[in-house]
Amino acid sequence: MLKIKNLSARVEEKEILRGLNLEVGKGEVHAIMGPNGSGKSTLASVLSGRDTFEVTDGSVTYNGEDLLDLSPEERARKGIFLAFQYPVEIPGVTNANFLKTALNEIRKSKGLAPLDAKDFLILMREKMKLVEMDKSMTQRSVNEGFSGGEKKRNEVFQMAMLEPTLSILDETDSGLDIDALRIVANGVNALRSPERSFVVITHYQRLLDYIVPDFVHVLYKGRIVKSGTKELAFELEEKGYDWIKEEVDAAKV
Amino acid sequence: MNTTIGTMPEYLTRYFENNNLIGPASLKQIRKDALARFEVLGIPTTKHEEWKYTNLAPLTRSEFHPALYHTLSTEVVVNDMIAGKEVILLVFENGRLNKELSSFDNLPKGITVGELGDNFDHPAVVKNLAKHASFENEAMVALNTAHIFDGAFIHVAENVHCEKPIHLLYISGGEENTLAFPRNLMIAEKNSSAKVIESFHSRGNESSFINIVTEVVLEENSNVEWSKIQLENSNTFHISHTECSQSANSNFDIHTITFGGKIVRNNLHIVLDGKNITSNLNGLYVSNGDSLVDNHTLVDHAMPNCLSNELYKGVLDGKSKGVFNGKIFVRKDAQKTNAYQSNKNILMSDEASMNAKPQLEIFADDVKCSHGATTGQLDKEALFYLRSRGIGEEAARAFLTIAFADDVLNRISNETLRDELKNRINERLNKSN
Repeated sequence: MLKIKNLSARVEEKEILRGLNLEVGKGEVHAIMGPNGSGKSTLASVLSGRDTFEVTDGSVTYNGEDLLDLSPEERARKGIFLAFQYPVEIPGVTNANFLKTALNEIRKSKGLAPLDAKDFLILMREKMKLVEMDKSMTQRSVNEGFSGGEKKRNEVFQMAMLEPTLSILDETDSGLDIDALRIVANGVNALRSPERSFVVITHYQRLLDYIVPDFVHVLYKGRIVKSGTKELAFELEEKGYDWIKEEVDAAKV
Repeated sequence: MNTTIGTMPEYLTRYFENNNLIGPASLKQIRKDALARFEVLGIPTTKHEEWKYTNLAPLTRSEFHPALYHTLSTEVVVNDMIAGKEVILLVFENGRLNKELSSFDNLPKGITVGELGDNFDHPAVVKNLAKHASFENEAMVALNTAHIFDGAFIHVAENVHCEKPIHLLYISGGEENTLAFPRNLMIAEKNSSAKVIESFHSRGNESSFINIVTEVVLEENSNVEWSKIQLENSNTFHISHTECSQSANSNFDIHTITFGGKIVRNNLHIVLDGKNITSNLNGLYVSNGDSLVDNHTLVDHAMPNCLSNELYKGVLDGKSKGVFNGKIFVRKDAQKTNAYQSNKNILMSDEASMNAKPQLEIFADDVKCSHGATTGQLDKEALFYLRSRGIGEEAARAFLTIAFADDVLNRISNETLRDELKNRINERLNKSN
């Protein structure tokens, strides 16, 4: 589904991704872990089309199509979803209105008729239950005045509404207490299917107790330096990142 | 001292002489004094501090004249009834009341709505007309005062609540270079309330010049909501002055919404002359092309324990220019004043520009005042967020702009008017995409 080959990207003059390779197949859940500053969030940004990053080398294909050529909205319409590490507050735009517009734009691109108000409401109610979200949140401005946990829950709620085929979760667990973490993870797990893939970016193994990945990768200095199964995550939890850093830095000398 | 273009053009002198045949002697004297003052002041130039960014030279290049005939039909006016049909309606065609299109008969007891010229003898008119809006230092108020004749008179008696909105609907056009000097006076007596909508429209693309002055008097414990909606074509010169005088415990909400015009200048002066007064000043201007929208506000806190809250927002596209000048005076006696002012602008193009100047002059020591002005582009992070959910770039821009503007429109209590304005801004922003 997603093929990243030798991807390099920089912000201003700073090289952040340096020849990253990753393949994500249909229905797979990949966890990307790594120390701070290794390039995890940059990868999420490049995949979703944020223009503050310049791709200097390599390619990304999504279902055989060149992803880097597409605008953020085209990527979203083709089923890519980024759950933001820092969801943006948009005063004056209600959650419901925002999601209805987004959903209908995506439907339009697929040649589907827009959902009418009633069907939209039914869908929204169903998905809200998934993330145990209060009804009043849909009439509030997008993320405005939301707590950290509410914002993250809102990201997963949007994901549930838009039903993407490839979801990228950028440190969705950061700043969540254990209950919020469970709710967010339940939301994600409910969406898992043989057709849908996930890239879960996280700093801690904790999230992976709830969202069990098929593969775990370690990102360090802009490259994937180690890949394994969920056992790798346990090893990282126990031993930290230093042994990997040492291994990589030693190999370079 | 004054440049020659500022003096009274001959065609205006003729117009003045005709107009000044009507009304009581005291009014004739006021007109004469105002004319004399205008001859001294002249049409303001950009050398004048208060007109620094607003150049009226294009106005002085054309010869304007009052329109002679009424040509509108009811069907034509219906589209402009932006506050719905259930209103007390005065239609002014090129500044002159069109009685056939208006409906202000059979008003409830205690409510007077009609033509100013029919009410020159009314005690409230004698007492208040031209007594609030001073023309001493305001050339354009002097020019209007010299021509007092047309306009609306609204009087709401003590303890009376006017349930129906009062809609003053002005339409210009039908012939080239029309001129109008409407003069409005509203008195809300003690414990009364009313809602007034003043809307301005064009018929066709002809150039016109409207120089309007409105005096609003709020007696103790009265409540008035005033909506000034400017929807004229891009060849209109609109110079307005609204002077509001508030007494103790009164509440005045004013919304100044500008969607059109070539050169628009709105002066809004509010004098808070009593305790426990609330004044809410809301403004929204959405401009494009080469138009200029200039809002000058003055909130004068003369007495203690009052609250004024001012929010003006602008969306400027094309080569349009915006000016916001907001003065707040807090006089020595006005202790425990709360005065807030905020001006926020979005520039949609590289060629649009904004000049914002907040001015606070505080002479009391126990007050809470704040002001702020921002001018910038749409939030890039918010744009990306919307786009990452599948919303196209242009739609995302419109989305954010509408949300920005709705913040002001949501303060209008009349639902019909609010929805109509939201539709219009929606249409406009989605069309320009």
